[in-house]
Amino acid sequence: METLTALLTFWREQAGKLGEQTLQHIGLTAGSLLLAVLLGVPVGLWLSRRPRWAPLVLGLAGVLQTVPSIALLGFLIPLLGIGPKPAIFALFLYSLLPIIRNTLAGIRGVAPAVVEAARGLGLTDGQVLGQVELPLALPVLMAGIRTAAVINVGVATLAAYVAAGGLGEFIFGGIALNNPAMILAGALPAAGLAVAFDALLGGVQKLSARRLGQVGVGLLVALPLLGALYLLPRATGKLLAGFSPEFVGRADGLPSLTKTYGLTRLPSVVLAPTLVYEAARNANVDVIDGYSTDGRIQAYNLRVLRDDRRVFPPYYAVPVVRPALLREHPELTAVLAQLDGQISDSAMTNLNYRADHLHQSPQAIAEGFLRRRGLWRAPRPSVEGAPAVRLGSKIFAEQYILAEMYAALIRGNTNLAVQTKTGLGGTTICFDALRDGAIDLYPEYTGTGLLVLLQPTPAVVDSLGGRPDAVLNYVRHEFRRRYNLEWLAPLGFNNTYALLMRQQQAQELGIASVSELGRYLRQ
Amino acid sequence: MPATPSPVVRVSHLSKRFGAHTVVQEVSFELAAGETLVLLGPSGCGKTTLLKMLNRLIEPDSGTVEINGQNVLRQQPETLRRGIGYVIQQVGLLPHYTVAENVAVVPRLLRHAPAAIAARTTALLTRLHLPPERYANQYPHQLSGGQQQRVGLARALAADPPIILLDEPFGALDPLTRSSIRREFRELEELRNKTMVMVTHDVTEAFELADRILLLEAGQVQQLGTPRELLFQPANDFVRRFFAAERLALQLRTLTLGDVFGDIPQLNRLDNNPGSSDTFSIQTTVNEALEALTSADDASSALPFTVAELMAAFGQALQREEDAWKR
Repeated sequence: METLTALLTFWREQAGKLGEQTLQHIGLTAGSLLLAVLLGVPVGLWLSRRPRWAPLVLGLAGVLQTVPSIALLGFLIPLLGIGPKPAIFALFLYSLLPIIRNTLAGIRGVAPAVVEAARGLGLTDGQVLGQVELPLALPVLMAGIRTAAVINVGVATLAAYVAAGGLGEFIFGGIALNNPAMILAGALPAAGLAVAFDALLGGVQKLSARRLGQVGVGLLVALPLLGALYLLPRATGKLLAGFSPEFVGRADGLPSLTKTYGLTRLPSVVLAPTLVYEAARNANVDVIDGYSTDGRIQAYNLRVLRDDRRVFPPYYAVPVVRPALLREHPELTAVLAQLDGQISDSAMTNLNYRADHLHQSPQAIAEGFLRRRGLWRAPRPSVEGAPAVRLGSKIFAEQYILAEMYAALIRGNTNLAVQTKTGLGGTTICFDALRDGAIDLYPEYTGTGLLVLLQPTPAVVDSLGGRPDAVLNYVRHEFRRRYNLEWLAPLGFNNTYALLMRQQQAQELGIASVSELGRYLRQ
Repeated sequence: MPATPSPVVRVSHLSKRFGAHTVVQEVSFELAAGETLVLLGPSGCGKTTLLKMLNRLIEPDSGTVEINGQNVLRQQPETLRRGIGYVIQQVGLLPHYTVAENVAVVPRLLRHAPAAIAARTTALLTRLHLPPERYANQYPHQLSGGQQQRVGLARALAADPPIILLDEPFGALDPLTRSSIRREFRELEELRNKTMVMVTHDVTEAFELADRILLLEAGQVQQLGTPRELLFQPANDFVRRFFAAERLALQLRTLTLGDVFGDIPQLNRLDNNPGSSDTFSIQTTVNEALEALTSADDASSALPFTVAELMAAFGQALQREEDAWKR
């Protein structure tokens, strides 16, 4: 009931946006459907004449169908940029299979005797196709178009991920915000559209074969008109931002950023988190959100805008250990401390770049880094029966690299053995493993410790005010008290949210911090 | 062979292979105007392929087909086909067209005037016992098998083509419908002057409808001749064996009263007497006379002989035919 009220309120407040998104959604669906009919029907007809090619073509279309939508959009961005083009193209590819297959099935379903009789009476090949085969195949063909339409309405929600708009903007924003009313605000009209498209085409399908021909022509006229709905003008500004839905939704993301820095004249589109970097690189958008140590910052030559008013919470990397480990092996304290404050943001970005883009092994990256800092020692010969230190890491490159660094330091400076248990999935898996004693140490981030593991009341979070020291002190104190786990000293880098721009553009516009971005926009 | 005025259909050395399999091999025949030729043979003997080469639904590998003196390969296949009626076993009515529209397909392709098409359709449907006011606007799925086949026949006749090709036209019908449609078919005024080529594997049907029969086996002509020639003068063992099972029935259907009674005076009287039933003449087959005699019908009284006399004469006639062939 509460959700319903919230939903109605949301719709009332966002009526303009809802209308725009619905029209965009219809436009995306109809436009892509038209393209798919224009290509799929001739291909299906061609296959009915060249059955030998049918398995190959249907197989290809089937493979396209199984490519995950997000992955397909990811492939298309470098080719088509962001916006309606990749979205319509992806939807077009998804509609091909049902349309080709049903065209072929429809033609194949025409009794051979009817075709033979028609030819025997003296109908030309074109007349056999136009007056016999197509009219008789039309019901099956229409069923294929209907299937494609319903698929498209559903998949078109993902268009929001490539800044193509549509009802997906509400849905993904709502998911990121954990706001059921907002999810429903997009999902219900989308479901309604699917039902409407299906009912409309279903009604068409019930008509007689001859009427169907006329309706088919009508459809070919109507689809481009509906597709044109998409071309309605949209807001424009000096710079265009592309943000991931989570960033748009989180209180400590875009909303607080806009409030603190007054980023009022920054029109933005919603993009899949995995796609924002690509979009920035290809200059489809100018400002994106990202993580400050992501390897792509270096790979794509992006600039991290300084968060000079500390809107984003601090996520400093700190090794978390079981105190028992240090008690049993006191020599470790000094060894682990060798990395304290050693890794800056840019250094970590570079290490991630080596892993993600140069595809070097975490072990080689760790060794290279330690050598450059003069911390490298060749591993000592292993001693039979030596106690082992068990190192954990979450399942991404940065964590693998940090675990390998600690492993190398321990092997080079102590007689202890090392077991690495990397790839432990998400935060809670690592944390539970540490608490249960399955691992002895893993690198954690202060912000994660605070917001994901401790989950204090908003009042407590506010009182910490995003100050790095305050947050570290709080998590260290609470972990000691609640879990008997120890946060050591920070490694130096802060893997937090960041606003990113292309290096070149940022330099031309003289923007190095978020404040400067805000000033530039207000000019 | 007597020199006939140029044949309507002339087939010379026609061959067709599908892959390594020769389906039709060196087949030749000529067809005079108004003649009915039945292509007979077991399944897979190549008779349907042969038929379809006449209207170029299948293109021959070698040999020629001439229709009215013109090589069919020099004509547009569609133009050729519009001038030849075509009836197939599965009928193949266009399911989205009404009965009237189906019948009108070819005249429409030939751009006949709509009024003429409508008049022709009405006339044909009436002739084929499908009252237009009831059937013209029905769809094929609303008709029985026999009715559909009649529409198929009307469709083939609509543009009044001089030649008609029929591919097992009665094959899909139940025996009762089949014989009644066959009778209608034989008596149909429209078909009187047509040159027809018909494919069947039904021996009785072939004997009932054919002027001449072309018996095929494995793509090769075994014998081409009148039913009587095939029955009493088989060219080889295959021909003999092919008719063995139904030999007696075929003989009864082939020999006429004229054959068995020769110059018996009663028969002359039968032939000349206008008062007697006009159903019987020297053309009447022994089979028909036997059916009349054994039924309690009044017609039997019109026949001046008994069953015993008829059968005795029939036996002697068979003997004569056998002797003639042996010599």
